[in-house]
Amino acid sequence: MRKQKLREFAFARSGDKGDGSNVGIFVRTTADYELIKRALTVDVVKRHFRAICKGEVTRYEAPNMLALNFLLRDSLGGGGSESLKTDAQGKTHGLALLELEIDRP
Amino acid sequence: MRDKVLIGYGQGFWGDSILGPVRLVREGPLDYLALDYLAEVTMSIMQKLKGRNPRSGYATDFVTMLGRILPDVHKKGIKVIANAGGVNPAACLDAVLDLARKQGLEGLKVGIIEGDDILLRIPELLQSGEKLLNMDDGRPLAAVQDRLLSANVYIGAFAIAECLAAGAQIVIGGRLTDPALVAGPMIHEFGWQPTDHDKLAAGTMAGHIAECGAQCTGGNFTDWRKVEDFVRIGYPVIEASPDGTFVVTKHDGTGGLVTRETVISQLLYEMGDPRRYLGPDCTADFTSARIDEVGKHRVRLSGIKGGPPTDTYKVSLSYRNGFKTTGQLVISGPDAVQKAKLCADIVFGRLALDGCTFAEHEKLVELVGSGVCHAGIVESKDPPEVVLRLGVKCDDEDKVDRFGMEIVPLVTSGPPGVTGFAGGRPKATDIVGYWPALVGKSKVRTRVRVEVP
Repeated sequence: MRKQKLREFAFARSGDKGDGSNVGIFVRTTADYELIKRALTVDVVKRHFRAICKGEVTRYEAPNMLALNFLLRDSLGGGGSESLKTDAQGKTHGLALLELEIDRP
Repeated sequence: MRDKVLIGYGQGFWGDSILGPVRLVREGPLDYLALDYLAEVTMSIMQKLKGRNPRSGYATDFVTMLGRILPDVHKKGIKVIANAGGVNPAACLDAVLDLARKQGLEGLKVGIIEGDDILLRIPELLQSGEKLLNMDDGRPLAAVQDRLLSANVYIGAFAIAECLAAGAQIVIGGRLTDPALVAGPMIHEFGWQPTDHDKLAAGTMAGHIAECGAQCTGGNFTDWRKVEDFVRIGYPVIEASPDGTFVVTKHDGTGGLVTRETVISQLLYEMGDPRRYLGPDCTADFTSARIDEVGKHRVRLSGIKGGPPTDTYKVSLSYRNGFKTTGQLVISGPDAVQKAKLCADIVFGRLALDGCTFAEHEKLVELVGSGVCHAGIVESKDPPEVVLRLGVKCDDEDKVDRFGMEIVPLVTSGPPGVTGFAGGRPKATDIVGYWPALVGKSKVRTRVRVEVP
């Protein structure tokens, strides 16, 4: 077992969805996909974004893309033009998820 | 029927580089050029402009850009499809006809699609039983009805196909969905029907991939070191086939990168449930697609499945929702973080002395450089300098302006190392609230009109 940051092998993209953001993450191999499916539970992602996301987290799977998609509710300080935050559209939330460290067997 | 149609996507939003469409037209073969100029907030800005001048309310950048490409577009027979009409497609039509006259292109057929703007129909629609509840929180429209700024229905690809069938070489719409700008030409070229759900889902997916311009050809890509020549980044070209398969590519010799990874990245952008991507023409299952690299900068999508659309259209409404402003200063080290926090306390403390207070949720304090984007995840304890961003929002415009006056005094009356004040005193600006809703499809009728200069 060793620690590895997601950014060493995964890709991500994020953007706004109403008052929240979506964070899509995907990998290149089915083995890595099994790994992130196990590691990236809703609870883990919610904890990772605890200072950013004030609402619920939902997870979707897209196996054809080896991807997971997370919806982070209330993560933009109001969202759209209502937010005062620098990243009012959650553009950087994808890279933020890639900073998460997981255990690789 | 053509067995292959090339559709380029030259603008991902109002403000995207003018080089996108200009280079798509000049640097390779193209049948269609799709251009997106709208975002939620854009429509409210356009309604405001139209209120002041009935000849405005559309994306003037589109007409400027068209001035540069129209000779090539005419010579090569490229068709242009844009939602640049904003809240005034008719005025945009006139501006384009003027331009065509000036360039001596008398035969240019320009079409518009109207009917998406329902701002003036709201009372009638409510009376007819439409609720227009806020899709996010279920609130009834009455909460904001007296403050509405804009209301536009997301129109699908069949209206575009209808306008093309009427002979338009330039198609101008209002709130056409971004993917429809790609699916529309496919319907027109390949004769797809409303019941061809799989093919319509493919067209929608192609449109979703292309709709942010260079964001599928290497822009904003995680593995950015692999992207060649960002300066000359190629905007996407969709090579569409009648059976619904398509290849995502870009013109030969342009910069950027098209791989399975850059395409998947964009498929995930602004994604909700990937099995149920709702649009006006179909429901697309993004998980059904097979995604293969079939050459350098060539990614093929096939096997896409879709289902029928819902019986409602999505509506984007906007409303006045108070005022806001932000201002910023640079705080140098040593102790940049500590001093910046002190500066924020001084500003809000002095405002309170003057009877001007804000609730916690109305205030913003950001120390940019110490870990703002990735708050709680990656933070720097002692950066050599930070940008202190302060902001407020509330219903009282005077209070917001009063706040704006209390930032620059810090340069001489706060801790040392405060600099970088630029851009004048921050002033209150309108907050535009966004209200997503649904409306019955039977209540909305689009109209198509084609004219020549």
